[in-house]
Amino acid sequence: MAALSINNVCKTYANGTDVLKGINIAIEDGEFLILVGPSGCGKSTLLNMIAGLDDISSGDIAIGNKRVNELSPKDRDIAMVFQSYALYPSMTVRENISFGLEIRKTPRAEIDATVKRVAEMLQITHLLERKPGQMSGGQRQRVAMGRALARNPAIFLFDEPLSNLDAKLRVEMRTEIKLMHQRLKSTIVYVTHDQIEAMTLGDKIAVMKDGIVQQFGSPQEIYDNPANLFVAGFIGSPSMNFIPATVVQSGNDIGVKVCDDRGCVVLPLPHDQAKLANWVGKEVIFGIRPEQITDARTAYRDGLPVMACHIDVIEPTGPDTLVFVSLNNTKVCCRTHPTEAKYPGESMELVFDVSKAVLFDPKTEARIV
Amino acid sequence: MFKNLTVGRALVYAALLLMAIYYLLPLYVMLTTSFKSLDDIREGNMLALPQLWQGGAWSKAWAEACTGVECNGMQGFFWNSIKMTLPAVAISTLLGAVNGYVVSMWRFKGSDALFTMLLVGCFIPFQVVLLPMAQLLGYLGLANTTAGLVLVHVVYGTAFTTLFFRNFYITVPDELVKAARIDGAGFWTIFFRILLPISGPIFVVCIIWQFTQIWNDFLFGVVFAAGESQPITVALNNLVNTSTGVKEYNVDMAAAIIAALPTLFVYMVAGRYFVRGLTAGAVKG
Repeated sequence: MAALSINNVCKTYANGTDVLKGINIAIEDGEFLILVGPSGCGKSTLLNMIAGLDDISSGDIAIGNKRVNELSPKDRDIAMVFQSYALYPSMTVRENISFGLEIRKTPRAEIDATVKRVAEMLQITHLLERKPGQMSGGQRQRVAMGRALARNPAIFLFDEPLSNLDAKLRVEMRTEIKLMHQRLKSTIVYVTHDQIEAMTLGDKIAVMKDGIVQQFGSPQEIYDNPANLFVAGFIGSPSMNFIPATVVQSGNDIGVKVCDDRGCVVLPLPHDQAKLANWVGKEVIFGIRPEQITDARTAYRDGLPVMACHIDVIEPTGPDTLVFVSLNNTKVCCRTHPTEAKYPGESMELVFDVSKAVLFDPKTEARIV
Repeated sequence: MFKNLTVGRALVYAALLLMAIYYLLPLYVMLTTSFKSLDDIREGNMLALPQLWQGGAWSKAWAEACTGVECNGMQGFFWNSIKMTLPAVAISTLLGAVNGYVVSMWRFKGSDALFTMLLVGCFIPFQVVLLPMAQLLGYLGLANTTAGLVLVHVVYGTAFTTLFFRNFYITVPDELVKAARIDGAGFWTIFFRILLPISGPIFVVCIIWQFTQIWNDFLFGVVFAAGESQPITVALNNLVNTSTGVKEYNVDMAAAIIAALPTLFVYMVAGRYFVRGLTAGAVKG
């Protein structure tokens, strides 16, 4: 186990494309780091660079206290689980797991003990003599994890390990990976494009886009305090509502003006008034998550602004019913209690929990408050 | 069996049957003729079975027929061809495997250019390399030897075998190589432990192709080998063209079949191992 630090790492391909533009990430020993972002954001490239499969153009990567820039993958004390599992097709599960140990000239008895221990831990003992072709996707996934575990490395690297599994298995394996991390206290770097995996698994999340870390922090920090419009929209499902609105002064309050087809309401904002004052009269993007617009019964405190809205569509999900209304000509999703939700065409009183709402500059997409 | 026989089906079968006859008839004529006596050939119908089956033509073709001045049959030349083909096939296939592994899995600066040049090698007509190759063999002291022919076929065949192996290895996910590198395996360990064990199908394809090409080659054989070291294709030509007295069609036919047997044998034996999809299941199912 070891800490990982990535300092000002850049990657430029021979044709001049900048894939990574100065990445800075540091995690402690035993932390679970998620690299998340849309495809092409450079997250897999960064993982390959940590693994030593890709060269670093500039900057430093350190595992523990050791700078590993020039070390080959085998000398970095890492193990990796791939999206395609990458099991050696001609070898049995046992041989797959022991291959890395054999190459490192581990004594036979120790190899056998390790294979036994790992197989029991992952419940794949009955599969040990099978070849990859004779197993299901979930079983191959376990074997791939077993191969990584057998090596007992300083850092585990996971490259979208669950994306080839079906939905149910994915949720199961997600929990298992989390359990494994809690049990082994291992340092893990995990690449995914799935924000739910990111939220559920990570101790720290680095949200990436266009080769830049947009925000680095704990899942809750990133959810509650997104640094910019991209992060706010990427994390969370259903995603945050972005309502174009004007900042207005109304009595002593500063708020945003939202309208539907029957009238307008000013939603007063309890944020830093000095900062808001600079934006009075200007257009902003008002960001508010679906669960922050709800029915009176679900809203957890009184005194929040209320607006009667005309319902366009409802989507019952079971635990909640998503109610869609139109504000400032933008479709807005609200999460309500199933028994409180009204029907399309009807009007419904919606409570806005503005304390957690955020504002973005429409030009720079940066956070205002 | 005839339950689902529609008119269209029947036409397809008829066409297939016709094709099969078209290709099998010459073989039939060769086989029957080789077992006929000369009188039988002269008097009888070409398609008729021999009146009396006799193997004399075969033993003559193998051991006594004249190929020019010498009259020792095909036997010596048959072994020449074996001595030329086996090493040439083995060396060119192994070289191709390593080349294909490098250009698909270990890209380096200029590897694509190298591969393109090798690819162009596949399109160079035999005739173009005749003179330069004759020079080279002369310099190396390999002119008119079996070793020289092996060299020619290895050089010429490596372009094809590289292409075969490269196109096969390109379908193997490179995550496999990455995983092995992280496990600590080096260049050769990855090749021998990970890739070779799944290369069975492409080895079979490559061996069939190379064996057929090299065994059947006439031009290189006739140009770069002389007398004792000639391969069987050249000997067959000489045998058929040697005109002393009566034309022995039965011996010609037997000799031609002898010359063709090894390629038939390779197809029959290796074809059975031509199983696709050995990599299935290595990655997502």
